[in-house]
Amino acid sequence: MAASLSINGLDAGYGAVSILHGVGLTVGEGETVALLGTNGNGKSTLMKCIMGMVRPSAGTVVAVIDGVRYDLVGLSTEAIVDLGIAFVPEGRRLFPRLTVTENLLMGAFRRAARPSIERNLAFCFEIFPRLAERRKQLAGSMSGGEQQMLALARALMSAPRMLLIDEPSVGLAPLLVARTIDKIKELKEGYQLSVLMAEQNFTQAIRIADRGYVIVHGRIEFEGGSAEALNNNELIRQFYLGA
Amino acid sequence: MSDPILTVSGLGKRFGGFVALADIELQVERGERLGLIGPNGSGKSTLVNCLCGTLRNETGSVAFDGRKLDGLPAYRRIRLGMARSFQLPRPFASLTLAENLRVPILYATGGQGRGMAVERRCESLLEMVSLAEKAQKLPGDLTQIEMRKLELARAMASEPRLLIADEAMAGLSPGEVDDILALLIRLNEQGVTIIMIEHIMRAVLAFSQRLVVLVAGRKIADGDPQDVVRQPDVVEAYLGS
Amino acid sequence: MRNWTFVSVLIVVAFATFFGTRLVGNSYAFFAGYVVLQYIVLATAWNILGGYTGYVNFGTAAFFALGAYSTVVLHKTVPELPLPLMIAVGGIVSGAVGIGTGYLTLRLRGTFFSIATLAMAVVMQTLVTNWSFVGGARGVYVIRPDESPIFDGDYIEYLFLVMLALSVIAVAVARAIEHSRLGYGFAAIRDDELAAEASGVPTLRLKLIATALSGGFMGMAGAPLPYYVTYLDPSSGFSLTYAVNTIAMPLIGGTSMWLGPVLGAVLLGTLQQAATVTISSALSLLIVGVLLVVFVIAAPKGIIGWFRR
Repeated sequence: MAASLSINGLDAGYGAVSILHGVGLTVGEGETVALLGTNGNGKSTLMKCIMGMVRPSAGTVVAVIDGVRYDLVGLSTEAIVDLGIAFVPEGRRLFPRLTVTENLLMGAFRRAARPSIERNLAFCFEIFPRLAERRKQLAGSMSGGEQQMLALARALMSAPRMLLIDEPSVGLAPLLVARTIDKIKELKEGYQLSVLMAEQNFTQAIRIADRGYVIVHGRIEFEGGSAEALNNNELIRQFYLGA
Repeated sequence: MSDPILTVSGLGKRFGGFVALADIELQVERGERLGLIGPNGSGKSTLVNCLCGTLRNETGSVAFDGRKLDGLPAYRRIRLGMARSFQLPRPFASLTLAENLRVPILYATGGQGRGMAVERRCESLLEMVSLAEKAQKLPGDLTQIEMRKLELARAMASEPRLLIADEAMAGLSPGEVDDILALLIRLNEQGVTIIMIEHIMRAVLAFSQRLVVLVAGRKIADGDPQDVVRQPDVVEAYLGS
Repeated sequence: MRNWTFVSVLIVVAFATFFGTRLVGNSYAFFAGYVVLQYIVLATAWNILGGYTGYVNFGTAAFFALGAYSTVVLHKTVPELPLPLMIAVGGIVSGAVGIGTGYLTLRLRGTFFSIATLAMAVVMQTLVTNWSFVGGARGVYVIRPDESPIFDGDYIEYLFLVMLALSVIAVAVARAIEHSRLGYGFAAIRDDELAAEASGVPTLRLKLIATALSGGFMGMAGAPLPYYVTYLDPSSGFSLTYAVNTIAMPLIGGTSMWLGPVLGAVLLGTLQQAATVTISSALSLLIVGVLLVVFVIAAPKGIIGWFRR
C-alpha cells in the first residue's frame, strides 16, 4: 500500500552555490525516516529536490509506488503529487484567507483524490477534532499549532502513499512540537504511510523515527540503521555542534 | 583590565508584540575573535542590525570604543570604525569591483581621497582578496565565493577596527570555507577585532577564541568554544527538548 | 577629458549652434530650438535624481511650472529685473521646494516616492490655479519685449541664447557629478541603498542634494517660459506632457551618463517639433509613446546602452 523512495548520488544547489554533495538515502515501505541536521545544512534543499522544486545537477530520485518504478528527476511538482507523494512545506504555507475547509479541499486537487473527497474530509475532521471545530475559520487567524495540524491534514487530503514533512517544529512551542509529532505517529500508523521528515529537533524526531540520517554541510555524515543506533546524544551533538 | 572595544548592555528589540532580543549583555575585547552562533530565528541578524544602526533597539545601549552609539544612524557608525558584511552579498551592481571599493573609501574613511591614493587603496584591497585581475569587471561576472570576498573587501575598505562577518561562508564548499577563514584570520592578525556569525560549526570552532550562543533572543552561553558546545542548555537548544 | 576642457568644448559647440541657427534665416528655427534646449535641461535635470540616484520623479511639471510662475510674480512686481536673475530666482525657489518636499517624501522608498511626487505636482497646480495674483485659472498675459537686450536681434534669439547657456551649465554639472565623490554616492544609493548606508554614505543628505539640483534646474528651465509663450495658464504650465517627455528622453537616450538625456532630448524634441509643423501637434504624444515602446523592448538601456553592448 505504501511507497518507497531511493536517492543516490544527489548533487544540487541554487545557481553557483552548491548545497548538496553526493547525497543518498532510502525510505522503505511503511518506514518513518528522519533527516536530521541544523539549519543551513541542506535539509530543505533535499526535500525540494524530491518534490521537483529544485533540479539536481547529478544523481537519481526513484519512487516505487504500487510496484511501479518512477524516476522523479525532471517531473513537475504537480506530477509528483499526482503520483501520491504529499508535501508539508516548512512554515506550513497555508492559504491564509481561505477557511479550514477550503484549505483542505485545495489539498485534494489531485485527480485521483477527488472521487473520495467527501470521505477524506470526514476522516480528516475525525483525526483532527480541533480542525472540525474550526472548519469555517480563516486559516490565517489560527495559532501556530493549529496551522501545523491543518498543513498535515491538507497533505492527507490528496490520499498520498508517502508523506514528506519539512521541519514541522519550526515556530512552535515545545509542547506543541510534541503534540505534532504524536499526530504524525498516529497518521502514519492509521494511513500506512511512508514518511520522510526533515527535522532539526533531534529529541522529538527520534520518538517516531525507525531510521535516520544526519546531514552536515550538504553531505550525509551518519546513518542510524535503527531507533537505538540513532539514540546517541553524544554522537549527534558532535554532528550538530562540531565538537 | 583592558577596555573593551564593544560593550552591549541590556539590549532589547521588539517587532510589535514579538520579542526578538531581550537583555543582551556582551563585551568584546580589542583584537578578539568572537564567534556568535544560535539556531535559526534566535536573533543573531537582529543583533547585528542593532549594533550597526540599521535597526533601533528600544532598550539598552551599545558603546563602541567607549562612545555611546544610541540614536546614531548607520552611516555614522561605520565612520567610527565598525563595519559589517552582509549575509547575502549586496554589491553595487552597476559599478566595477574597484568602484565598489571606492564608495566606502570615499565615504567611510577620513580622507577625501584624491585620484591616485584612492586607486592604490582599491588595488591593494582587491589583491588582499585575490580579485586584483577582475578590478574592472562588474559584480554580475563573479562567482559566489568571489562575491563574498568582494563583500569582505568592501567592509575592509572603510578601515574598520571591528568587523562583523555575517554568515560570510554560507553555501561555500569546504575549500572555499578555508579560503575565507584564512582571510579573516589574516585580517585579525592585522589588528581587526572580528565577530563571526556562522552556522558552519567547524569554521566557527576553528576561528573563535570565545563563543557566544543566542537562543530565542537571549544569550545563554559565553565562554570557551569547546566548553560552550558541551553546555547542556546549548545542546538542548540545538538538539531539541 | 578633464572637466574644464569639456566645458570649453561645450561652449564652442553652443556658439556654433547659435550662429548656425542665425544662418537659417527663419526665426521659427529659434522657437523650435528653444523647446529642444529646454528639454535638454529638463532631461538632464531629471536624470540627476532619476538615472544617477535611482529615484523616479513624476512631478517634473511642478518644478518647471514653479519656475515659470516665479517669473510671472517677478514680472508683475519688478519687471525691469534682467532675465538671468529671474532664472536664478526660479532656480532657487524650485530648489528650495525640492528640498522641502524631498525631506517629506525621501524617507519613502521606490514607488511610494514616485507616487508622492505625482501628488505634489497636483497640489502645486491646485495652489496656483487658486492664486489670482498670477491669473489663477484664467491665466496671465506676459508681454514679450521686441528686441534682445544684449545684441542686435529679436528677443526670441535672446531667449534661445539664454536657454543655450542653461543647457551648457546643466550638462557640465551633470558630467562633473558623474565621476565625483557625489556621483559615486548617488550610484551607491541607486544600486543598493542599504549597502550604501553600511558603506558610510549619508543617504538622506545626498538624496536631498539630488532633489535640490534636479528641482533647481527644472525651475530654471521653466523660468523663461512666460516670455516664450506670452500667455501662461496652469493647465499648460503644469501639462503632463512635460512629465512624460522628461522621463522618456533619458530612458530613450540612456540614463547612465550625461550624453543620454541630451541624445533623447534632441531626438525626441526635434521629432516632435517637426511633427507639429508638418502634420499636427497631437502627434507629438503619439511619437513619445511609440518611441518608448520601441526602446523599452529593443533597447532598455537606451541609445547609449545599445552601443555599449
